[in-house]
Amino acid sequence: MIDSRKPPSRPLPATTCDTEPFWSGGEHGELLIEQCDGCSYFIHPPTGFCPECESRDTHFQPVSGKGFIETFTVNHKRWVPGLPERYVLALVRIAEQADVRLATNIVNCDPGDVTFDMPVKVLFEENDGLWIPLFEPVGSAA
Amino acid sequence: MTDYAEKRTAITGIGQSRISRGADKSALALTIDAALDAIGDAGLTRADIDGMATWPGDRADGSGFSDVGIPALQDALRLELGWYSNASETSGQFGAIFNAIGAISAGLCRHVLIFRTMYEATARKTSFANALNRPGQRVFGPFQWYAPYHVYAAALQQALMFAAYTHKSGMTDEQRAWIAINQRENAALNPNAIFRERITVEDFLAAPIIATPLRLFDCDVPIDGSTAIILSHVDPAKDAPHPLTRIEAVGSAMRYRNSWTQLEALDTQAQPKVAEMMWNRTDLAVKDIDVAELYDGFSFHTINWLENLGVCERYGAKDFIAGGTRIALDGEFPINTNGGALSAGRMHAYGQVHEAMTQLRGLGGERQVPGNPGVAVVTTAGGPLAGAFLLVRE
Ligand SMILES: [Zn+2]
Repeated sequence: MIDSRKPPSRPLPATTCDTEPFWSGGEHGELLIEQCDGCSYFIHPPTGFCPECESRDTHFQPVSGKGFIETFTVNHKRWVPGLPERYVLALVRIAEQADVRLATNIVNCDPGDVTFDMPVKVLFEENDGLWIPLFEPVGSAA
Repeated sequence: MTDYAEKRTAITGIGQSRISRGADKSALALTIDAALDAIGDAGLTRADIDGMATWPGDRADGSGFSDVGIPALQDALRLELGWYSNASETSGQFGAIFNAIGAISAGLCRHVLIFRTMYEATARKTSFANALNRPGQRVFGPFQWYAPYHVYAAALQQALMFAAYTHKSGMTDEQRAWIAINQRENAALNPNAIFRERITVEDFLAAPIIATPLRLFDCDVPIDGSTAIILSHVDPAKDAPHPLTRIEAVGSAMRYRNSWTQLEALDTQAQPKVAEMMWNRTDLAVKDIDVAELYDGFSFHTINWLENLGVCERYGAKDFIAGGTRIALDGEFPINTNGGALSAGRMHAYGQVHEAMTQLRGLGGERQVPGNPGVAVVTTAGGPLAGAFLLVRE
């Protein structure tokens, strides 16, 4: 499992003005998802355009940080040196809207305990000025 | 049935370099081997080729995923072209073929050389292959959403979708093993295949897990090699040396969110609406298919296609492939007759095209499907990428 307190080096995204809020909201403990001002639809990845009502007026909204595991895989292969023996890659759908899915690692639990639709909550890991959203099981002691 | 443009095109030539786990020549030299083989097979000369297409074009990154593009091959062969196009944001690897259909129909060219070259076996010995990011470099574009999460290969992105399929279908590892087992049976009869030793369910289960649910024998084998085809207008194709083999219908649709993370149906991938489009462009139906070459970058792609083409019911593949009898060379629905990418090597969907043509010409040797097959379906797949077409020999 990945110990979120001693993170291995993570490749990082190159941010744009569209994506920078998502990757930096964790500094204030906030998971920021773009939201339409007009109809409140969450737009992810952020585009500045609401596909529901065609509004161009959007903002980044702090969401609850709660979600559910849509799907996951337990990695066993050592793709690069230093990887943990097993770790969980998942797609998490946020509690507010099922068609917003975030790729993430599930941390602070045994990979063998992860299940489909498991409730999870966000935590953040700072890497070189970016705040990477990770998720852990709801009720995790971390 | 509408006279769709693809029905006026035919594959007149096929060619392939030596396929190996380490070539004794460059990626360009392999590509020239395949191209000359295909041109000759079509009964043409270099002077007859007036179009070129490929996917995804020269990546210029040394990864072996695509080290040869149109400019290098056009210049090497000194071809004079009326049209050429590398298509990378399209219906997977077959976007090159679909674009060529359009170009032929538009009268821009008559004989299009289409190729796909892989050099991953050699690349892996020296650096990396198909890795999705490089240490120390920030990740741009759609892949940034995965970048920080230790996603080093497409296998991990795909494993997320295959896990969703496994969860919904209830397919077990033992049930899934029959794809890999059947393809080794076929590869044993193919002298050009990479892995030719038969395997059992026990062997499948004893192989390492890559990322759940993927095991080693679910994954195709990186190779060095090139495949080329000649796509021609049907009029000159009638003079070609081999029996006329037309493209009967294509599926090129993208009616989902074109995203590895947001694609609606993780368990089926983008295939259902591609299949629907293909079937809507022909009077043929599943029962008319004599041989199927279904993309198998991972075994799950093939499983998905069996269901999405309508060969079996949704989540019914586990029963359809049980024991391997229905999908065997002498079964009701023979698939991946040369061993597929799992055993014959990752020719990245163009191995499927080459093998479909080989079967329709009756040149499969020991692995020839009996009964003089006349209709083949060929597919490609990968998350939001999907494409399919039917070939009919007249
Ligand atoms: Zn809106």
